[in-house]
Amino acid sequence: MDSSAHSDAARPVLEGPDIARVLTRIAHEIVERAKGADDVVLLGIPTRGVFLARRLAAKLEEITGRKIPVGSLDITMYRDDLRMHPPRALARTEIPSDGLDGRLVVLVDDVLFSGRTIRAALDALNDIGRPRAVQLAVLVDRGHRELPIRADYVGKNLPTSLRETVKVQLDEEDGRDAVLLGEKQASPAGER
Amino acid sequence: MSKILIRGAKVLGGEAQDVLIDGETIEAVGTGLSAEGATVVEADGKVLLPGLVDLHTHLREPGREDSETVLTGTKAAARGGWTAVHAMANTFPVADTAGVVEQVWRLGRESGYCDVQPVGAVTVGLEGKQLAELGAMHESAAGVVVFSDDGKCVDDAVIMRRALEYVKAFDGVVAQHAQEPRLTEGAQMNEGVVSAELGLGGWPAVAEESIIARDVLLAEHVGSRVHICHLSTAGSVEIVRWAKSRGIDVTAEVTPHHLLLTDEMVRTYNPVYKVNPPLRTENDVMALREALADGTIDIVATDHAPHPHEDKDCEWAAAAMGMVGLETALSVIQHTMVDTGLLDWAGVAQRMSVNPASIGRLTGHGRPVSAGEPANLTLVDPAYRGPVDSAEFASRSRNTPYEGLELPGRVTHTFLRGRATVIDGKLA
Amino acid sequence: MMRHLISAADLTRDEAVLILDTAEEMARVADRPIKKLPALRGRTICNLFFEDSTRTRISFEAAEKRLSADVINFAAKGSSVSKGESLKDTAQTLEAMGVDAVVIRHGASGAPYRLANSGWIDAPVINAGDGTHQHPTQALLDAFTMRRRLLGPDAGIGQDLSGKRITVVGDILHSRVARSNVDLLHTLGAQVTLVAPPTLLPVGMDSWPCDVSYDLDSTLPKSDAVMMLRVQRERMNAAFFPTEREYSRRYGLDGDRMAKMPEHAIVMHPGPMVRGMEITAEVADSPRCTVIEQVANGVHTRMAVLYLLLGGNEPAVSHARPVESESK
Repeated sequence: MDSSAHSDAARPVLEGPDIARVLTRIAHEIVERAKGADDVVLLGIPTRGVFLARRLAAKLEEITGRKIPVGSLDITMYRDDLRMHPPRALARTEIPSDGLDGRLVVLVDDVLFSGRTIRAALDALNDIGRPRAVQLAVLVDRGHRELPIRADYVGKNLPTSLRETVKVQLDEEDGRDAVLLGEKQASPAGER
Repeated sequence: MSKILIRGAKVLGGEAQDVLIDGETIEAVGTGLSAEGATVVEADGKVLLPGLVDLHTHLREPGREDSETVLTGTKAAARGGWTAVHAMANTFPVADTAGVVEQVWRLGRESGYCDVQPVGAVTVGLEGKQLAELGAMHESAAGVVVFSDDGKCVDDAVIMRRALEYVKAFDGVVAQHAQEPRLTEGAQMNEGVVSAELGLGGWPAVAEESIIARDVLLAEHVGSRVHICHLSTAGSVEIVRWAKSRGIDVTAEVTPHHLLLTDEMVRTYNPVYKVNPPLRTENDVMALREALADGTIDIVATDHAPHPHEDKDCEWAAAAMGMVGLETALSVIQHTMVDTGLLDWAGVAQRMSVNPASIGRLTGHGRPVSAGEPANLTLVDPAYRGPVDSAEFASRSRNTPYEGLELPGRVTHTFLRGRATVIDGKLA
Repeated sequence: MMRHLISAADLTRDEAVLILDTAEEMARVADRPIKKLPALRGRTICNLFFEDSTRTRISFEAAEKRLSADVINFAAKGSSVSKGESLKDTAQTLEAMGVDAVVIRHGASGAPYRLANSGWIDAPVINAGDGTHQHPTQALLDAFTMRRRLLGPDAGIGQDLSGKRITVVGDILHSRVARSNVDLLHTLGAQVTLVAPPTLLPVGMDSWPCDVSYDLDSTLPKSDAVMMLRVQRERMNAAFFPTEREYSRRYGLDGDRMAKMPEHAIVMHPGPMVRGMEITAEVADSPRCTVIEQVANGVHTRMAVLYLLLGGNEPAVSHARPVESESK
């Protein structure tokens, strides 16, 4: 992701405090729907999904007073467009030590768009364990689904056109928290 | 007989003159010669040389007609400006009897493109154990003067000594392929920086130099002449220079490829660069050029070694050694020696015609371009420049290391005893 | 990434680090119940072995299968006279059967280079060892092992081997492992010292980016890793050294010598070991010896190489479709 290309035109739709509030809400929803979140495992999808998962875990721990297992799930080799790009560097898959079997796995990602990443994540999960159930939490849902996938927890629904870009910035990676809506540039490579 | 007038040729690169050929002989050399009754070849500033003489080719017949025959080899020779070539003995069967050398000699006569002078094997089957019937080969119709086990070294000091002595009886000469066999077991390329990196078996310079040192001392001891094939190292040059300074009767040859190419080419692992002795270093190339210029090295010989495509279209270790050279030699010599200012055309004539004819005791070749001499002549266009295209070769094989390389000079006409074998660059 | 992997010298520092980092992720897959990834699903890889090498072949095969590739093993009968035609023809035959990549082991130096560059076939070529030339995946697995042991699996990510002192001991002359390691370790910033009797060092190696010593004992205290190479007993017959006993006395690694190494230093060996020759059983079986780890790391490293070379787009696919936005 190239943030500089968009910084001029992009306008923030969520700022730091908004993101914090939204995550708090999602955490409460998870506790509510998972009936106390006893068996919840959070798996972030690299890169920004992992940071979001960690933040969510911290909030869940505040609410429940229990340690919430959190990990990461790299989906690179499960992507359906693997053959259309040069090979990408792999990110870390870190499964909490107690595993996933029989757990409620909540996948965490920054933006839900076509749904293909989540499809890949479900495939990757399949090779790792057998959760009781899988749910999905995203910071932004920008629409334009290409697969029958929906999120269980959505920070913000953001109607967009395909000409627009949605960019999530997180302090851990980008030095600030924001969700930016911009216009797609002519240069195509590597954007989303 | 028909007359041919070559008009305005720079004889040996000198002033433009006309050369009138009558039958097999040069009738006159001068200016403003009459063209009456003669076919005119407009030389137009091209260089006229005595027909080139190659002391070292492999024509492969008998036995490996898939790579070359005497006919295709002599056609290639004519295109390259040669009027006489020596055919090495490593055929199947080996040219170690009067019968085989006469066969090769007769095939050459029949071809009509170039005289073929067979080289006789020094030892039976090139095995280095027992002398071949050197006298019988000399007395045969082929009249063999040059003897060589080329491809293999006469490594046994006693056999080499005896051969050097024995051929004195009929003014023969032993041409040594200098390669110490134990030092070159599994050798694939020059031993040095590149071989160390590529992991290919090394062919050390000392394996050549030690044999040359031994053989010049043997020649001195028994009072014989000795010829060293394809010198490839700076050290060999030093030894020959020293031997000549002592008055030892040694002559030496260098191939065009050793004057141009280095072992850096092997980095491509393309076996078209695989040759024996191997391509050496830049330092060796420069020493060889200098030695050819100052006369330490007497002649250029091609070591024309045709191989079928499949023997080069493979991994390096499995590939055959050798390169074709007859059709590119003069261009390489112009490029490396003339255009660099190391030799003039008279010097080229000396090293590619006069001296090799003298070593091989050929009376009809390597003669001056003057009235009364045999009309063996080569007309070269030194202003030409163009890429080497092996598709044009007359040779049956295409294993040239120069494919696509732009080289200067082109043989436009070759005359063998007054008859044109090449006209305007094409076989007559 | 390049299309082929022929020589360790072809890798840049960043490419090499990327391979090692990727191998680290591959290593983690080995701890999962399902040790399989889908990256090469539908791809056919041929292991073309002109030279017998069961361990290298099995290592590649394991790596290929863990990446879900279809694997064809072709063992050309190990005759040393396997002619050029057979390499070209064999490769073309396999490609005609739809092989997407060729892993080749060949006794002739340069055979993989020829296969990749002569226009015989289009498929990517991975060198699994050629003659006395190169064995790049061995060098990568060695570097991976060093980085894991000397820096740590996680601390090593993104790092090279800057400043590490690596000593390689034995038959350098005939060793493709040594050549590949010198190239790669230099690229990764390590200082390499080769130790061997002068007869087993190639002429013309002065320009290699490493130091050379004839004396093992003085080198050991300055080594972070010591790699012992196999020395074949036959070398004795060609006068490379007088006797086995003399060789192991001067250049073999035993317990006393190992004690001269710094405490953190490791002993490596590409295998197969000749116990009693270049290495004693005491050293081979000590916890400082990484020979078994190297075998495991070989699979991870080869998975990384295969993924990075073959996991992405084929030219046909990328030309048919312009690169699109990543679908999120």
